[in-house]
Amino acid sequence: MLEQTDVVEHRDAPAPSAATASTDSLSGETGAQAPNHKQTFDQAEPLAMENEKIKLEVEGLKLYYGNDQALKNISLQIPEKKVTAFIGPSGCGKSTLLRCFNRMNDLVDSCRIEGKILLDGDNIYDPSVDVAELRRQVGMVFQKPNPFPKSIYENVAYGLRLQGVKSKRILDTVVENSLRGAALWDEVKDRLHDNAFGLSGGQQQRLVIARAIAIEPEVILLDEPASALDPISTLKIEELIYELKDKYTIVIVTHNMQQAARVSDYTAFMYMGDLVEVGDTDRLFTNPIEKQTEDYITGRYG
Amino acid sequence: MKNWFKSGAPWVWLNGGAVALCMVMVVGLIGLIAIRGFGHFWPADVVQLTAVERDGTEQQVLGEIVRSEVVPAAVVRDSGYEIAPEQELVTRYLIKRGNRDISARDFNWYLEVGMSEWQNPIDAMVIERREWGNFYGYPVSLKENGDVIARVQDADFWPQVQERIERSLDLHDEINHLEKVEIGRINHKLERLRLERRGLELDGVDAATLAAADAEFAAERAELDEQYRVVKAERDELYRQLKRDTLTAEVIDGSEVTITLQNIVRLTRPNAMGVFAKMGQYLERFWEFLSDEPREANTEGGIFPAIFGTVTMVIVMSIIVTPFGVLAAIYLREYAKQGPVLRIIRISVYNLAGVPSIVYGVFGLGFFVYFLGGSLDELFYRESLPAPTFGTPGLFWASLTLALLTLPVVIVSTEEGLSRIPSTIRQGSLALGATKAETLWKVVVPLATPAMMTGLILAIARAAGEVAPLMLVGVVKLAPSLPIDGNYPYVHLDQKIMHLGFHIYDVGFQSPNVEAARPLVYATALTLVLLIIVLNLAAIRIRNSLREKYRSASD
Repeated sequence: MLEQTDVVEHRDAPAPSAATASTDSLSGETGAQAPNHKQTFDQAEPLAMENEKIKLEVEGLKLYYGNDQALKNISLQIPEKKVTAFIGPSGCGKSTLLRCFNRMNDLVDSCRIEGKILLDGDNIYDPSVDVAELRRQVGMVFQKPNPFPKSIYENVAYGLRLQGVKSKRILDTVVENSLRGAALWDEVKDRLHDNAFGLSGGQQQRLVIARAIAIEPEVILLDEPASALDPISTLKIEELIYELKDKYTIVIVTHNMQQAARVSDYTAFMYMGDLVEVGDTDRLFTNPIEKQTEDYITGRYG
Repeated sequence: MKNWFKSGAPWVWLNGGAVALCMVMVVGLIGLIAIRGFGHFWPADVVQLTAVERDGTEQQVLGEIVRSEVVPAAVVRDSGYEIAPEQELVTRYLIKRGNRDISARDFNWYLEVGMSEWQNPIDAMVIERREWGNFYGYPVSLKENGDVIARVQDADFWPQVQERIERSLDLHDEINHLEKVEIGRINHKLERLRLERRGLELDGVDAATLAAADAEFAAERAELDEQYRVVKAERDELYRQLKRDTLTAEVIDGSEVTITLQNIVRLTRPNAMGVFAKMGQYLERFWEFLSDEPREANTEGGIFPAIFGTVTMVIVMSIIVTPFGVLAAIYLREYAKQGPVLRIIRISVYNLAGVPSIVYGVFGLGFFVYFLGGSLDELFYRESLPAPTFGTPGLFWASLTLALLTLPVVIVSTEEGLSRIPSTIRQGSLALGATKAETLWKVVVPLATPAMMTGLILAIARAAGEVAPLMLVGVVKLAPSLPIDGNYPYVHLDQKIMHLGFHIYDVGFQSPNVEAARPLVYATALTLVLLIIVLNLAAIRIRNSLREKYRSASD
């Protein structure tokens, strides 16, 4: 129970953790603002899934790797322009579920899927769906920053060039807007044509996010986007997520419960391939319904 | 002792010793080749001495000391020399006395016993000639059209000689240009006319067309013949001018000989030269070695055609092997379904690298040259049959055979490079809506280029040093012209080439004059090693800059 109060404290006021401590000293303004925003929002109208427009809907999803069942009959709704977090211990299937949304699991030969995932009401596993087109609508950012071996500019322009955009003017505009959107513009505007590998890990991750939003997806999937980063970079990513949700539906997988609590509107707790509980983040962290959820967020396992 | 073993120190010593041994071998090898090869170009002093012959007569000798050796006196006695009975060992010297046209042997052994003091007469001269090898002797006079214009006592004798030698060298260059380039071009055009005519005949055009074409051809031929007459007249005039000057010289046995200046490549007086003059001479001779064509059955002159042939062949090979190897590796790694069939294919490819190279030569000759080349001739070069165009060993087939030989190396290293690229990079591209092919060509392949370069480096190193298969598929001891020249189609893939590796073999083991050829073997070997090093360094540089470009992605 002690753990849990700690988490709540976190959300209300800066707590003595490393991440938040640096918030105060470095960019206290946004760091403190983010939770406040949420609070006012919460007070005005408590979050409830019923009031939301649903962007993604999972219906009876079962996923097998060979003979092993990795996801057991998952049903879930993901609201539009909100941040939904998946938490759970390692190997519980949260990343696997995330990768179902843009069919990244197709790359695994032994992977087999039953059930449906609806994006705006259309099943993305329908045989007629163009996977490349789907991935343009559902972008993804991975755990480890993975910029291409190209310049910063070309990294961001990559998606557009794939779509055949050649106009220098359009590309310039989109690159600038995307980098601004990913809060990276000021840091890289003078070296757009330098190799992206010259950036720090946190900058690379924001570059990858800029690359993802350059093609204007509807949904952005974040697979533990900050787990390979230092606390300051983590904080910047979290701020960014908070800003991005105005325009995009965001689904984030995280190991860090505090992070889930800080950035998400809804949280889903998964355990051993099952979806145990899903709900408004505040509610789930303060007052979990399921015993397993409570055990997990209070640190009994995982 | 037990503790010493446990401490691991013996392993360190063992490993260090192995490295040291390797270094000794490498340094020793390069050192031996370098000393023997580089030493050849140093202008050695000319010595004059008196030696005692078998029959006891004394003989004057003028020449360069090549080397000495100590032999048991008994051996020398058996061959007829008079040696004092108490002497057990005798030193003898190998002296290069040149003058092959006068005395049959230009290298001869002389015993130290009874030998006079060595002298270095300042007027002794060495003449490198286009025929008959070096001349050693003393100058007497310089003649123009048979009239003496300078004697050796005259102050302006040497300047006159050098000036006139330069003139004859210039004339010689001009003639060379006329014969190789101008006459070569005319001959090339005439040959093409002949082939066109023959092509029309083979196509079976009617008599009227043929007659019309014939008239046209005849006109062109007449024009070319006229051009030829002009060039030939020009050349003959140059030849006549070339015959103007002669040099009279005295051989060591007292007889006089006349040497036309057109036959002289270089005249030096090593005994009159200081260290710096010798150095200049050294560089000149070294440059000549690298840039000139061989003379006298490859035992003199330079090796430029061999260097050029080797480089051209390696480049053509690289152009063939890189795309094939890279495409095959991409298919094997990215598209093919991983399974037993693929495993068998992969093992087969890897094992190709272990097949002895001469086997590739036999295959190249049988399949490429006779079958493919023969078919190509039938299809596209019918007009020149029965003389084969591609149905005979040549540059292209040599390159293709070597490409086959080095294909496994390129495939293996490209595959390794592809497999090292982190899957997150691929997924990053796929997640942006790229198809598999787009991901491959825009992201994966560029990242794998350093590995491809590594493969190419290994391929070049292997191909440049290969000799055995080349003897079967296109390398000859003396090629009349370079595979790239100014005549259409500029790169002659069907031509036979010279190759440094084969040149070493040819000069070292097929040469009529072993002693004269020996230093050239080392010098050529050194050039080959240097050439491979240069090619490799160039490739390594490219690879490193690529690596730098894609630095952290492959970490």
